[in-house]
Amino acid sequence: MDFSLTEDRRMLSDSLTRFLADKYAFDHRGKVAYDAPFHDPALWGEMAELGVLYALAPEKAGGFGGTGFDITTVFEALGRGLCPEPVLGTLMASKLLTAAGADQAGLLDGSRRYAVAIGELDAPYDLDNIATLAEDDKLSGRKSVVYGGNDADVFLVAARKGDALAVYEVTGTDAQVTGYGLIDGGGAAELFLDATPGTLLLDDAEAALTDALDAGRLALCAEAVGAMDATNEILLDYLRTRKQFGVAIGKFQALQHRAVDVVTEIEQARSITILAASRMGETDQSRAVSMAKTLTGRAARLVAEEAIQMHGGIAMTWEAAVSHFAKRLVMIDAQLGDVDFHLERVMAGYAA
Amino acid sequence: MDLSFTDEEIAFRDEVRAFLDENLPKDLSDKVRVGGELDKDDMDRWHAILNAKGWLASGWPVEFGGPGWSPVEKHIFEEEAARANAPRIVPFGLAMLGPVLQKFGSKEQQDEILPRILDGSDWWCQGYSEPGAGSDLASLKTRAVRDGDHYVINGQKTWTTLGQFANKIFCLVRTKTDGKPQEGISFILVELDTPGIEMRPIKLIEGGHEVNEVFFTDVRVPVENLVGEENQGWTIAKFLLTHERTNIAGVGFSMKALEELKAQARRIKRGGRPLLENPLFAARVADVEIELEAMKITNLRMLYRAQTQGQPGPETSILKIKGTVIRQTLNDLSRRALGPAAAPFPSEEMFGNAALGEPEDVYAAAKYFNNRKLSIFGGSNEIQRNILTKAMLEL
Repeated sequence: MDFSLTEDRRMLSDSLTRFLADKYAFDHRGKVAYDAPFHDPALWGEMAELGVLYALAPEKAGGFGGTGFDITTVFEALGRGLCPEPVLGTLMASKLLTAAGADQAGLLDGSRRYAVAIGELDAPYDLDNIATLAEDDKLSGRKSVVYGGNDADVFLVAARKGDALAVYEVTGTDAQVTGYGLIDGGGAAELFLDATPGTLLLDDAEAALTDALDAGRLALCAEAVGAMDATNEILLDYLRTRKQFGVAIGKFQALQHRAVDVVTEIEQARSITILAASRMGETDQSRAVSMAKTLTGRAARLVAEEAIQMHGGIAMTWEAAVSHFAKRLVMIDAQLGDVDFHLERVMAGYAA
Repeated sequence: MDLSFTDEEIAFRDEVRAFLDENLPKDLSDKVRVGGELDKDDMDRWHAILNAKGWLASGWPVEFGGPGWSPVEKHIFEEEAARANAPRIVPFGLAMLGPVLQKFGSKEQQDEILPRILDGSDWWCQGYSEPGAGSDLASLKTRAVRDGDHYVINGQKTWTTLGQFANKIFCLVRTKTDGKPQEGISFILVELDTPGIEMRPIKLIEGGHEVNEVFFTDVRVPVENLVGEENQGWTIAKFLLTHERTNIAGVGFSMKALEELKAQARRIKRGGRPLLENPLFAARVADVEIELEAMKITNLRMLYRAQTQGQPGPETSILKIKGTVIRQTLNDLSRRALGPAAAPFPSEEMFGNAALGEPEDVYAAAKYFNNRKLSIFGGSNEIQRNILTKAMLEL
């Protein structure tokens, strides 16, 4: 039993955390996260130079990581820094490219930005009801809320091909892409495909897509843990300094006990995320990931709502960092399957 | 990170499993499994079996007769014992008084008392709480006034668990009334057959008898029975409560309860289908299972910290809060699964009468009501939040 990070991962975590604190300070983040392209392309390049993206892929695919704990190390730091860069799409795309044995040098060095287009309006999280059709390497359908799609070079699109699911590469310039910003910062796009040409990347792609989705879900859990830690620090600082009735509000038991519950839920979320990271590649990967996404989604919303409530009116303002963390924490649950979706996946295991 | 146990720890776990397989009497594990009340003979028997193996005092250092287990080994033993439905080891002598004497007791006290805890000659109980001083121990009023080479004790203790089986009690008493209330408390050992002591049972919510109240009227106790120094009791009490908080997550008990709950909810039918496949009920089970999976890791993380950095930190209060609520939720779901079948008042005649249902069902409601205590005793969950507020959040 060993709950410490390896030396390599600690260094990665430290350098990424420091990078984000220096270059991606709250003011700068506010400037780029809410205006097109909803991230900072220059810093994307610098982050890639740090080697962050290489940590997301295994050695055989040209990276130096790719395990569950590599993923959580990177995304926990991204969450702590409230970073709106489209790393999630990169991670999931890397999983698909790895499964296909395709070259991903451009992905790993950051020169080609990938977005993964799986979800649709009527099937936002699951693979069972994908309606996008592939015929003769032409794709038709609509992909919805594709994270990072507003500024992607390449889309990896899940489509129905005959009775099975396949994954196609679609060049951004070939498709109709309607980009927009997100309420919690960062960008996404609607992808309209109308006999749009695509290059087949993976046939019979269900297992690979599930694996990519699981990796993305684990990443989101870790991002939530990092963002919850940061939110909690802001909250505790506020409770220690903000005075009402002549004393710091942190002296009021009504708030103290709620603050303890916030910390308790964060620790539980951290634990289940560690568990899920340790199960990646095992037979119960999906179940562990769903457990983590369920608990983390619930914890993240609690932390966000409690942080807002305990800050009072201040948290309602755009200027306060806590409001932006709260938005990310609430919306993270809606990404790649919310609490109810994943709870149902866990329950499904009970039917003998 | 590596969540698995080392090879040595796995070998140890297998050894514990094999021992439990061979040595845990079936009538005891059956009784524990269904939630029946254990009597003194039941507990003494298990105590003696563990002592013969040298595994009784799991938290004691070797020089006092403990097995010298690491925090992880201790955890493994507790988890396996819970999984096997072993009776809980009565903690008052072993987990509470023992460590106190090892740290604060005189050589004479250690030599005389510790072996008698191990061999079962003495059954200790705890005299901490009073009617007006539960979680707020500092306000306790039971007085001990020095009179020559004796203390004279007057007052009342309550919630004395399994006191009906005990021959001795360790008490917190007030030896000074001025100054800060915490600075006037002493820790003293009392034989229960001393004149002036009366013990009365308290019948609990579900009908069981596990706690008592103890009245002291001019009870004369030799000054040698003081542990540590006069007015040092608060320090000792705090030390003891930290010890009480080991295995506080009760992960093993909850794992067992979850397993039983699932079996029960597969057996019980609603609308022609197993209850466990009813989406609303399954969602409640899944919720608590996810919490428990996280709790297991939270527990291991804190054990890891204890193992690598010495003492466990104040975070153990998190284990108390979460762990007790999880156990209570599992008990609640089991009771709810049965619906009206949980309503009958359990009696000896019902238990084992197949016509009246599965034995584990008979006690489901009683167990639910009895385990409401979990979030109250050992420092209520609200007190745990106060502790965390100061120690961890620094508010």
